[in-house]
Amino acid sequence: MKEYNRREFLKFLSTISGIGALSYPLTALTKNTQANVVIIGGGFGGATCANYLHKYNPNINVTLIEQSRNFVTCPFSNTVIAGINKLDFITHNYTQLNNKNSINIIHDRVTNVDIPTKTVITKSGKKISYDRLVVSPGIDFIWDSIEGYSESVATKLPHAWKAGKQTQLLRDQLVAMKDGGTVIIAPPANPFRCPPGPYERAGLIAGYLKEHKPKSKILILDAKDKFSKQPLFQNAWDELYPDMIEWSPGSQGGKITRVDAKKMTVTTDDDTYKGDVINLIPAQHAGDIAHAANLVDEKGWCPVDQKTFASSKQKDVYVIGDACIAGKMPKSGYAANSQGKVCAMQIIADLDGRKPFEPSWINTCYSLVAKDYGISVAMVYRYNEKGIIGVKGAGGVSDPEADMKLRQLEANYATGWYRSITSDMFS
Amino acid sequence: MFRIHPISCLILFLALVFVSTNLNATEKQRVLMLASPCAGCHGPDGKSPDVIPSLTGKSPQYISMMMKAYKSGARQATVMNRIAKGYSSKEIELISQAFKK
Repeated sequence: MKEYNRREFLKFLSTISGIGALSYPLTALTKNTQANVVIIGGGFGGATCANYLHKYNPNINVTLIEQSRNFVTCPFSNTVIAGINKLDFITHNYTQLNNKNSINIIHDRVTNVDIPTKTVITKSGKKISYDRLVVSPGIDFIWDSIEGYSESVATKLPHAWKAGKQTQLLRDQLVAMKDGGTVIIAPPANPFRCPPGPYERAGLIAGYLKEHKPKSKILILDAKDKFSKQPLFQNAWDELYPDMIEWSPGSQGGKITRVDAKKMTVTTDDDTYKGDVINLIPAQHAGDIAHAANLVDEKGWCPVDQKTFASSKQKDVYVIGDACIAGKMPKSGYAANSQGKVCAMQIIADLDGRKPFEPSWINTCYSLVAKDYGISVAMVYRYNEKGIIGVKGAGGVSDPEADMKLRQLEANYATGWYRSITSDMFS
Repeated sequence: MFRIHPISCLILFLALVFVSTNLNATEKQRVLMLASPCAGCHGPDGKSPDVIPSLTGKSPQYISMMMKAYKSGARQATVMNRIAKGYSSKEIELISQAFKK
């Protein structure tokens, strides 16, 4: 009889079974083709894609290039702004991912991609060659979309639409504001990152103000005429924060055209408003590197083959997450996570010389209206000749008639989702 | 170091071969594609680190029964009714294979 140590025994088990929860593809699903895949951006899309390439085919050398040492999530940043969580709750690092054998993480900024030589060039002068490139840069702001706004003005009128310093700045301004002050929130026109985000923010800030500065008001000056989960949000605001939140749609004087940072005013078609705290969320487009690499269309987003995420503009380049045009999928962390997995499978199929897999995605976005009041929107997505579409009869928003017990449950699940998805990215 | 009895080894082998030969390679790929987005809420490989129920180790019978009950509305949940309606019965059977030990 042969003696085994634990490691050999586990190896033996995996050899004979080829199965083990979702990690079973090892031999059955891929030819384990060797290749170099470079991923730009370590957010919900890029980190997930790196992790799943590692899970599906550990023979692929994955190089993840991310400029920040820490990953501070936009999801749950509104709870930091409202004082429910501290910034460290939404701050993650790349240690766990970097410890995986086939993944190498470089903290650097990619300045350009040389498509003909298939090389990524970084700020520190590194040149990294790829067989396949995944670009997952998220969004950057169109600073001149509103007169008087700029990157430097954003240090006074925070957007807080990339999490980190900006999140803390908005939090600090709310804490410093007098009771009876006006908070202006200015959401942009579509498309933008996290469609329900500004409205979650309004409710959570209202919760903070109600408790600490009850004479204060929130004015939402919106570039749009409708928004995600609108009836659910508005009913909840009436119920929880009566007369605290006022929403002005774009066509009725909500659209801001100019700001004056010195006077702390914003001007719409109809009027000029003074704010004590102004949270101006500017219009957005795909992250800078997508522009430098010529991956964008005339509107500044990246067209892709929506079945595989292969760029429509450049060969052997894939674009996922907020930066890409993904049919009916919203620009959300969950969507980017789901796209990262599909993209990993499609790259493996491509490297193995096979046809693309038939894709399937999910998106679920939880929003908190209060710490103990959650609502959600969900959808299962498939691909057809029109691109990515929602499955007919599936998905939708939380029951408008749900009782407080269910709202509490969805608030708990919002945190559960956050813990699961961040674990899914890195572990 | 530990010793493995040949009979227990054989039983284990047969058990694993039995479950793994239920699906062909294409079906396994389909399971992976359909079930991997579940991790967004239920955690990697269905191991949830927080309040959302874990799926890991759940039998195909259990997952399939629950998904069908959510799809038909026989069982009410917060978000799962909306998700389950996105899958055919055949797809639910495939998804149900994803989390067994």
